[in-house]
Amino acid sequence: MEFFVFVCAAIMVLLGAVGVIVRKHPVHAALSLVLTLFGVAVLFVSQEAHFLAAVQVIVYAGAIVVLFLFVIMLLGVDRVENLRTEPLTAQRPLAIITCLGLVGVLVAAIVNGSGVLNERGEGIKLPDLQNGPDANTVQLAESIFSKYVVAFEVTSVLLVIAVVGTVLLTRKTKSSTGSQTK
Amino acid sequence: MIALDSLLVDDLLWAPLLIVLVKVLIVFVVGLLATMLMVWFERKAIAGMQNRIGPNKTGPFGILQTLADGIKLFFKEDLFPTRADRFVFALAPFLSFVPAFLSFAIIPLGGDFRDGSSGEVTLFGQVTRIQLADPPIGVLFALAISSIAVYGIMLAGWSSGSKYPLLGSVRASAQMVSYEAALGLSLACVLLLAGTLSTSGIVAAQSTITDWHFISTGIVPFVIFLIAATAELNRPPFDLVEAEQELVGGFNTEYSSIRFALFYLAEFMNTVTMSALIVTLFFGGPQPLAIGNFVFDIPLLPNALEGTVWLLAKILVFLYMYIWFRATLPRLRYDQLMDLGWKLLIPASLGWFMLLAAQRLGRQNGWNIIVVTGVSIVVLVACYVLLQAAITRSARERETQGTMF
Repeated sequence: MEFFVFVCAAIMVLLGAVGVIVRKHPVHAALSLVLTLFGVAVLFVSQEAHFLAAVQVIVYAGAIVVLFLFVIMLLGVDRVENLRTEPLTAQRPLAIITCLGLVGVLVAAIVNGSGVLNERGEGIKLPDLQNGPDANTVQLAESIFSKYVVAFEVTSVLLVIAVVGTVLLTRKTKSSTGSQTK
Repeated sequence: MIALDSLLVDDLLWAPLLIVLVKVLIVFVVGLLATMLMVWFERKAIAGMQNRIGPNKTGPFGILQTLADGIKLFFKEDLFPTRADRFVFALAPFLSFVPAFLSFAIIPLGGDFRDGSSGEVTLFGQVTRIQLADPPIGVLFALAISSIAVYGIMLAGWSSGSKYPLLGSVRASAQMVSYEAALGLSLACVLLLAGTLSTSGIVAAQSTITDWHFISTGIVPFVIFLIAATAELNRPPFDLVEAEQELVGGFNTEYSSIRFALFYLAEFMNTVTMSALIVTLFFGGPQPLAIGNFVFDIPLLPNALEGTVWLLAKILVFLYMYIWFRATLPRLRYDQLMDLGWKLLIPASLGWFMLLAAQRLGRQNGWNIIVVTGVSIVVLVACYVLLQAAITRSARERETQGTMF
């Protein structure tokens, strides 16, 4: 049963991932991304990580891709892009180099950590009739808010800095628009 | 085993399987019937409020009007606009319709939760809940589904390949993403007090009227949840998605025939589901009205069935309230909508959540609860003053320098 679910979810994930790259239309590519995210959520559920699955759907499929689509629709770039034009001339060779580098790093990481991959660590607490329905969520909350609380808070600060930085970079200074004021 | 229903713990036999199938069928049929009656109820009630008669030809009191409309729409021509994206255009109504039904699965529809009972009932020798599914993530399932529902509206507007529906769908996505934050934060207040995500657990935690989360969270989260839920449903006064005066018909302008009917049904089904969710979270779901030790018991009915009666009665109150909103409140302007969501509801729900969390921590550590509340309120007031100062400053700068992007 678990194998069957895994195969179905894996097909969903791969189809979506290929779709993001192959589909020429930005909206179709974004929808393929949703398919991938759903596949990952199904994989989480089959590993009994229900809370992660819910967060995956709420945050990624429900908010982030919606914002992608929002921007695509708002800017009106929802037409097929001409892939022949290159704003940055060196981007194709650079992309190939980065791709190969990423594959290399991933392979090195897997080879290096092959022993760790087969261990299960402490294992997650499964929600069942003894542990109660929230065992998994409680376990996750305890590790995030006690053991890894500093990393968690620092990540949120990083996100705020990113937002503030974006606003600051895209904001025009007063001198450039000052001539238009009445 | 994934399922927490005691029905599904042992090997699957034909009896449990049959019970689950019957439950699915009942939830689906009840959902459809409820939607049909809700459409009729809304038309009739609004007609009454506007001194009209409303539907009165089909069946007694015009109760079959929705059925007649549905049959009519079935036989209408199904149009595809020339500039439409055919696949997405055909997919969008289902993306809107299916989530509307899915979230009904986690609502406890009955059962006896009194005196610490777990709400489980025995049917044909099998112990089960009067609820289609009780997943470990509970209410988060409803949040996930409601965040998926936005795709239906967004893609419908975009795939029509026409200006007004596109505007409607851009509005919809901004509105629904904005109000989801306030919805989630006010929901977190309930989860903080109930201490569980499971819907049956939340219902079991609300045995007397003072335990109803509506009162025990201090009313503010309920008000925020109600406003955010109305915005999430795109119902008046937050129906900018289909503002007729500005957008012709909104996101569904180009739709016709049964595809249009699906959007229409989904809207009303969502209203019913959201009312049921509000009742479950804040008003004790199938719990009877109980003040102290005194319980308003309906005689002659078994307690489990009585739960269903109470649930229906409570849901009806909210359905009527939504109709009342539609008949009474004028639509918000777009900037007012965003101001309300971002500058009022989200800070208020976050502040209230912090207050409840501080109280909970104080109670756990045995601190003086009045001091804890006092200090929290001082901190919150300071935060409010800071926020107001920031808003005033930015408004003044916009005045002098003009909007800048």
